[in-house]
Amino acid sequence: MLRFLLRRTLGSLVILVLLTVVAFLLFFGMPRDPALLMCGKTCTPDALANIHRTLGIDKSIPEQFWIFLQGLVAGRDDFAQGPCPAPCFGYSYHTNEQVWSTLMDRLPLTVSLALGATVVFLFVGLGTGMLAAWRRGTLIDKSFTAGSMVLSSMQIYFLGPLALAVLVYQTHLFDEPRYTELTKDPVAWFTGLMIPWVVLSTIFAAQYTRMARSSMIEQLQEEHIRTARAKGMSRRYVFFRYAWRGSLIPIVTILGIDLSSMLGGAIITEYTFGLPGLGHLAVESVQFSDLPLLLGVMLFAAAVILLCNIVVDACYAFIDPRVRLS
Amino acid sequence: MVDGDQEPAAAPEAKVPVGRSPGQLMWLRFKRDRTGVISAYVVLLFFLVGLLAPLIAKLYGNNPYTVYADERPELFDSAGVPVQPNGGISGEFWFGLEPGNGYDVFTKLLYGIRNSLGISLAVTLATVLTGIVLGVAAGYLGGRTDFLISRVIDFLLAIPAQLFFIASMPVVVSLFVSPRDETPVYVRVVALISVQWFLGWMSLGRILRGTSLALREREFIEAAKVSGAPPGRIIRKEILPNVVTPILVQATYMLPNFVTAEAGLSFLGVGLVEPTPDWGQMFSKAATELVMQNDITYMFFPGVSMIIFIVAFNLLGDSVRDAFDPKTAR
Repeated sequence: MLRFLLRRTLGSLVILVLLTVVAFLLFFGMPRDPALLMCGKTCTPDALANIHRTLGIDKSIPEQFWIFLQGLVAGRDDFAQGPCPAPCFGYSYHTNEQVWSTLMDRLPLTVSLALGATVVFLFVGLGTGMLAAWRRGTLIDKSFTAGSMVLSSMQIYFLGPLALAVLVYQTHLFDEPRYTELTKDPVAWFTGLMIPWVVLSTIFAAQYTRMARSSMIEQLQEEHIRTARAKGMSRRYVFFRYAWRGSLIPIVTILGIDLSSMLGGAIITEYTFGLPGLGHLAVESVQFSDLPLLLGVMLFAAAVILLCNIVVDACYAFIDPRVRLS
Repeated sequence: MVDGDQEPAAAPEAKVPVGRSPGQLMWLRFKRDRTGVISAYVVLLFFLVGLLAPLIAKLYGNNPYTVYADERPELFDSAGVPVQPNGGISGEFWFGLEPGNGYDVFTKLLYGIRNSLGISLAVTLATVLTGIVLGVAAGYLGGRTDFLISRVIDFLLAIPAQLFFIASMPVVVSLFVSPRDETPVYVRVVALISVQWFLGWMSLGRILRGTSLALREREFIEAAKVSGAPPGRIIRKEILPNVVTPILVQATYMLPNFVTAEAGLSFLGVGLVEPTPDWGQMFSKAATELVMQNDITYMFFPGVSMIIFIVAFNLLGDSVRDAFDPKTAR
């Protein structure tokens, strides 16, 4: 198991390094003049020259990349803005702040959003899915299946503004979603993020309802379930102790993918509700053509995804004893 | 599913043994599936609407580019919201007027559907072609080719897709035009297609790799090899006809995803921009405070039409899969 995890970690590191190369080439190698892209529509020659100097654009691309890599590992202090400790992604062109500290500033919001929504959609999605499987073929099952079909076809960019318009702007039942730190004011943290959680989890929950239902039904047809029922165990016990555990594997797989993509920034949700998380940061940095920031967000999100994949693999071993043995 | 798997007895209606090709069997099964047929009609309607958008707009008398806030200011109040109730719905403007610029919503939606579907269709075609070429090559040729392509797939799957899309859009656009100039629409379209294509083909490629890997060991391939068929012919005549099923099934699942992804990009402001009509861009208009604070009728037109489209397409995808492979239970 340890060897397996070690191998996965090494493989992920290789992918991360490759991704750094590709992203760096994409942002700094492909445009004819990245400074021009960065400078935007109202570019003065002065600003252009400034960007040229700070970018170190006079050096060749491999050289630039080597300096960037060195900065990631050991930090740099050749920036006009001041020293930049490792991991150094450089300084943002728009705000002149360190990219890494900006990322860390935005991270708590994204984590709060992702974890809160995960709790809601796991609870709702798995609950309805298992209920549908338990009552298979009844009206409950059919209405849950149809409802999840429609809800999973919903888009956040429709549901989000709709929820905002109805709950906030038209009826004034809630305040506009906003982020308060959990440690500062837990109540404001909860009420401020409630609408985004519900909207985000509505779309995900539907998927888990379908997943949990089909996976439970599949498990209930397995032979060990029949054996357990035949030797006199109650339906309830078999359902929750035997089938439930077997149905977890596909759910954990999907959960890993969803969680990692949300931790890398739930872009559309954050943008819709104006919540300044990682995803919002990505959109901002595109709007201001802030390449160092964009590179930072992208590599950070990729690292999170790879980390989540490893965690999911480790989780399999806890759920499925067969994985542990092999 | 492979040709040889289909026994004639699998056709339930065939009392008198009639020879039917797998394609005919699939068609028969599909026609019996009422949900599938209805959703096929709905999907077809959307494509027809997209295709005939200019014609419909002409018959209807408005076009999506007229700024009615300038042409007919009496229809709007000082904030730019249509004066008449329900978003300004009237006999002249069937779906009302857009708050702000005052575009005609009906034609805007038609053209938006047309542009979004066109782009998504192009992305689907490009990804399917790439998936076939690379997937079949990896599976059939094996060895070093397989290793290389599989690693590329692993690598591309690790890239956060949505983030990559929005990050690379400006870069790809800047390849064609200087950031100081106005970006022509076709450049944006090409950029949208190419970034989605770049990260879209891997799932199909992986599936086709697996399928052709299994096919390679089958006797009929071996027979073709023994009789001296060159690899190109084996791939064309023996492998490709047997991977049509996964391609069709995957394509029906992929297209709605591309539609929502493209709409998401336009929603975030990195896809098509005004005045080019686009489905997703209508959502970003609907998310402005002008709409949310006053009359929310406008947001239902893009919203509900997209839900109908996606639901119909997903149901169609399920039916196509069931028709091809009746063994898998839902």
